[in-house]
Amino acid sequence: MDIFILILLRDLRLSFRRWNELAMPLLFFIIIASLFPLASSPEISQLRDYGGAVIWISALLSSLLALDGLFRVDAQDGSMEQLILSPTPLGVIVLAKIIAHWIVSGVPLVIASPLLALSFYLPLEALPVFILAIALATPILSVLAAIGAALTVSLRGGGALIGLLMLPMMVPVLIFGTWATDAAVQGENPIGALLLLASLAILSISLGPLAAAGAVKVAME
Amino acid sequence: MAFIRHNLVRIVNTISVLNTNFWRWFHQLASPPHVFALAGRVCPWFAGLAIIFLVAGTYGGLVLAPADYLQGDGFRIIYVHVPSAYLGMLAYMVMASSAAIGFIWRMKMAHGLAVSAAPLGAWFTVLALVTGGIWGKPMWGTYWQWADARLMSELMLLFLFLGYMVLRASFDDRDKADRISAILAVVGVINIPIIHYSVEWWSTLHQGPTIAKLDEPSITMDMLIPLLIMIIGFTAFFGWLLCKRLQGEILKRERQTRWVDGLIKGRTA
Repeated sequence: MDIFILILLRDLRLSFRRWNELAMPLLFFIIIASLFPLASSPEISQLRDYGGAVIWISALLSSLLALDGLFRVDAQDGSMEQLILSPTPLGVIVLAKIIAHWIVSGVPLVIASPLLALSFYLPLEALPVFILAIALATPILSVLAAIGAALTVSLRGGGALIGLLMLPMMVPVLIFGTWATDAAVQGENPIGALLLLASLAILSISLGPLAAAGAVKVAME
Repeated sequence: MAFIRHNLVRIVNTISVLNTNFWRWFHQLASPPHVFALAGRVCPWFAGLAIIFLVAGTYGGLVLAPADYLQGDGFRIIYVHVPSAYLGMLAYMVMASSAAIGFIWRMKMAHGLAVSAAPLGAWFTVLALVTGGIWGKPMWGTYWQWADARLMSELMLLFLFLGYMVLRASFDDRDKADRISAILAVVGVINIPIIHYSVEWWSTLHQGPTIAKLDEPSITMDMLIPLLIMIIGFTAFFGWLLCKRLQGEILKRERQTRWVDGLIKGRTA
């Protein structure tokens, strides 16, 4: 467990030192969302209709963008080999890295999303459900994107490939997330969608790091 | 007591003989020349089955089965559509399970089978989508219906196949490509049911009143039997192509070995 905390703190410290990488997913998130009113129309009724969908798609895309370097930096400077050699199972280490990454890239998304939601005129009453749904979904997205990053860690142009591999697998998150949002906006009961999101989060956090660890191990051979 | 002991010894002996037989059989599956020959021997059986069943099913589906009371002759495309949709799924299962076997026991031949299944599955999925669209034009009035759960989940399956193939192609090192794409295939297999059911729920949520949904009447026997025959025929066809592709894959992987060299010289001489 010690090494878990150590890796977590190390990754957090490293990402706070590189503030540009820290800000990138958040900026990307906001920029994608703000493109939609330009591409469609800025009328309030329409913004309210597609606002939820826009924010969810922006969250999906920005979660993919930031994870390219999750394992690659460590793989290139040799520290990944040391981590593989350590007696702690690699899955635990990968989980620590994913959590650290979620703290620096997922949490800002959770904090920024209500602002975006308000700018798209989603009703104020829907916000708690919406924030909860985003908070449940971002860990799933982080795990899935981490699997993609692990699969492509030894490839040069891995970034675009992560999207191709992982976006189809993010479809359930998109569906349940927009379902919860729509239900909250229309004043219906969103608990079913939230529970499904929560169970997906548990499933992905428990199995995802193992898959990512397996892929990293193969890639480093 | 002696009787019981005697019988016990016999049972244990039988089990150990079966066990060694199984392991011999299992180890032979790791030898490329053996698998190559095995695929070559199985191939004609699949081919024969496929031809017989496809001809019989086509005749049954196009001639013997009665026209649908609602859809007329248009429904007959299900004799291609349903088997190809089913085979897309089956191909993914074959691909993922053999990739997992290859990953766990480090069997190169299992990886070879996974590689051979991927493009076949992708094509069957494309075929299912295209025939679905052709069916949809007269029935729904549109080739593509975003609201239909089956179309969407077939589309996602196609993306999974394409992702697998692109990931494989990105690696220069074949061994690495085998093992990393195996992980993707297994992750995909866990995700397929989740994607499928989420899409299904999504479509029931968005089913507007404008979408004319034909209620599904239970299929009659004379329509069903040709369909079952076609499914068997398509499966045999898949097996046939899979054997051929596996043989090709083995030759490609083993092209620098002596037995392939001998095989080619033997054929040409």
